[in-house]
Amino acid sequence: MTAESERPGQARDPAQPGHGDSGRAAESVLNLDRLSLSFGGLRALSELDLRVDDREIVSLIGPNGAGKTTVFNVITGVYQPNSGDVLFAGRTLAGQPPHRIARLGIGRTFQTLRLFLNMSVIENVMAATYGNTKAMPWESVLRLPRARREEREVRALAEDVLSFFGQRLAGYRWDQPAYSLSYANRRRLEIARALATRPRLLLLDEPAAGMNPAETHEITELIARLRDERDVAVLVIEHDMHVVSGCSDRVIALDHGVKIAEGGFDAVASHPAVVEAYMGRDPEALSDAG
Amino acid sequence: MSLDSQPPAAGPQVGADEWVARQAHRREYLPSWLGTGQRWLERVGWWPKLLVVGLAGAALPLLGLGGFQLQVGIDALVIALLAVGLNIVVGWAGLLDLGYVAFFGFGAYGFALLSSSQIGPNGIHLPTYLSVPIVMIGAAVLGLLVGWPSRRLIGDYLAIVTLFFGEAFVEFTNNVAPSVLGGPNGIVGIDPISVFGRQITTNAGYYYLLVVVLVLTMAVLRLLDTSRTGRAWRAVREDPLAAASMTIPVNRVKLMAFMFGAVVAALTGTIFAAQQISVFPTDFDTPILILIYAGLILGGAGSIAGAAAGALVLMVIYDGLLRSPTDSGYLFYGLILLTLVVKLRPWRRLAVVLAATVALGFAAHAVAGAISARAVAGGPHSTGWLAAALRDWVVVPANAQVLGNWGYVLLVCLLIALVQVGRRWRTILLPPTICLASFVWETRLAVEPAITRQLMIGAILIVMMNARPQGLLGSRRVEAIT
Repeated sequence: MTAESERPGQARDPAQPGHGDSGRAAESVLNLDRLSLSFGGLRALSELDLRVDDREIVSLIGPNGAGKTTVFNVITGVYQPNSGDVLFAGRTLAGQPPHRIARLGIGRTFQTLRLFLNMSVIENVMAATYGNTKAMPWESVLRLPRARREEREVRALAEDVLSFFGQRLAGYRWDQPAYSLSYANRRRLEIARALATRPRLLLLDEPAAGMNPAETHEITELIARLRDERDVAVLVIEHDMHVVSGCSDRVIALDHGVKIAEGGFDAVASHPAVVEAYMGRDPEALSDAG
Repeated sequence: MSLDSQPPAAGPQVGADEWVARQAHRREYLPSWLGTGQRWLERVGWWPKLLVVGLAGAALPLLGLGGFQLQVGIDALVIALLAVGLNIVVGWAGLLDLGYVAFFGFGAYGFALLSSSQIGPNGIHLPTYLSVPIVMIGAAVLGLLVGWPSRRLIGDYLAIVTLFFGEAFVEFTNNVAPSVLGGPNGIVGIDPISVFGRQITTNAGYYYLLVVVLVLTMAVLRLLDTSRTGRAWRAVREDPLAAASMTIPVNRVKLMAFMFGAVVAALTGTIFAAQQISVFPTDFDTPILILIYAGLILGGAGSIAGAAAGALVLMVIYDGLLRSPTDSGYLFYGLILLTLVVKLRPWRRLAVVLAATVALGFAAHAVAGAISARAVAGGPHSTGWLAAALRDWVVVPANAQVLGNWGYVLLVCLLIALVQVGRRWRTILLPPTICLASFVWETRLAVEPAITRQLMIGAILIVMMNARPQGLLGSRRVEAIT
């Protein structure tokens, strides 16, 4: 997936290796296979199975401390699992460092924004193309043909992903430092930056946190557009049930590192285990049952 | 930044971003006509500025600089080159490298060994076009070797490890293989550098060489800064975890910064060795490191022009002005006056403080003179018209060493009190503090330039950090608050 093989904005070739050679209609992009991770005595994840299909939007919900962000950190190689395996497009990611996993096609955003605050907006996006470009430092210094061509492509890609957000990250903002952006725009810039890594799977960690209702609605539409226009599968952690119900194909609920429910939004939202995880057990219901 | 261009009127009204950006932008500028000048300067591109400043620097010796001024210029340019190199490691990659000066020493010693009679019966006298590249490649390898084991260290840990490395270099050159490295006696009789077949033997020649090398280095680093490598360095400084998640191999990028910094330092070392004709272990000890860091911080870490300008300004003050008692006196009293004028508002308060200071000095002098002639027999240490102006104002007893020391202690206490007390008491305390400061200056500090230089640089850095934390030419940085 280098800059040469793909032009910015070009749709991914569905016939590329790894696609469609299995019998299933939808090829799974991500497969967590009995994944376990513990920190000391604390079991953060236990025997977690999770699947995300190609161009599918899956929501990961659960109360605080359920292990949602830990799942992201294991997928992106920040943590190594104690047992189990992470398969991305059929290949194992075990032992791969984060930057290589990102290059394979997994982009992510962070719950606590982690932008390069003192770099300009467009530099934030361009920096994310490092692994997919090849020019050596001396080529950049001498402005040799390969460095010039890559720089053009990277710039075009950055402008392309920023344009995805329309007026929100309009052209006059590109050269401003990222710290001058508002909170909501910082969240958008994080998504733009993740898109610049040319992901096949996008991990969004609470993209609507701290946003007002209008912005939340916008994010819901945006996640759907990511799938439709950018051809990415999305795994999204979200607490806002408007977002979860508005965009997910499938919802997975976690509690204490265990998958407690999976399926459509309505089914999961009314699942007794999910209600219990969020609300606690209803003593009257207990006594009724007894 | 084209912040003056308005957002398209048809777009949605998103006020917060624009407001924040504009406020931040406005705060970057000085008030009134100074700000106008600043804006005008900002409109000129980076490259024309480099060209103009480079040409101006090269034209300076034509004004008829003497031997001393030329030597100050050379020292300043050496430190500027080192600061520009250190900026890669500290300013861009955000690695606190306290062993940086060892790479400078490696370059100097490497060049010295390759271009002197130190090794073998007749010595190695490699031509410049071979020895300098060999030394630079060696420095890159050394940077890799030092960086490799410490690549996972951050912050304080990296600082300790690299500081150890820097000290180890001094110990190494002092003690290992005295017949080759010369021990404390160093290596003497180093060949001059030759450029295009012409040997450079004069100080003026080395001045021009350093100007050219500095401008070229700055140009190369500017090209690097605006490329994928520069972006990766800054991304790693801003947030290593996010950088790794955005396909940037953090450790490799850090190592690269280490190597580039080492190469620039080694290149500087070769020129330094050739210009000095000799190298000694003490040339590469901690004081030089402090100077490089002070220059970088004064100018603004993260900015190429800032690193160079900060180091030049610092070295001209440190090595030039503070060496001569007259110039350092001007600098001392000038700084006090400037600080008062800038900081004291309203004007009435400034006038009161100034008048009180002058009156207090003359009164103290008159009282002391009336009590005993010996109490004012010392006379100010400053020379020139400053001495004439101060003769009846500052009290200097005949044998003032002990009194001066006590005055110094009292001055430190007064300064601390000045920072702690409220506005009213500060106004009252200021005149005696200034009088005491000039007393201490005339009795002790002007007599001991070696100590005074360090104190003055410290004071300048403290004032700078308060007035402009980002340094002379640096840009404001924000820290993530999570």
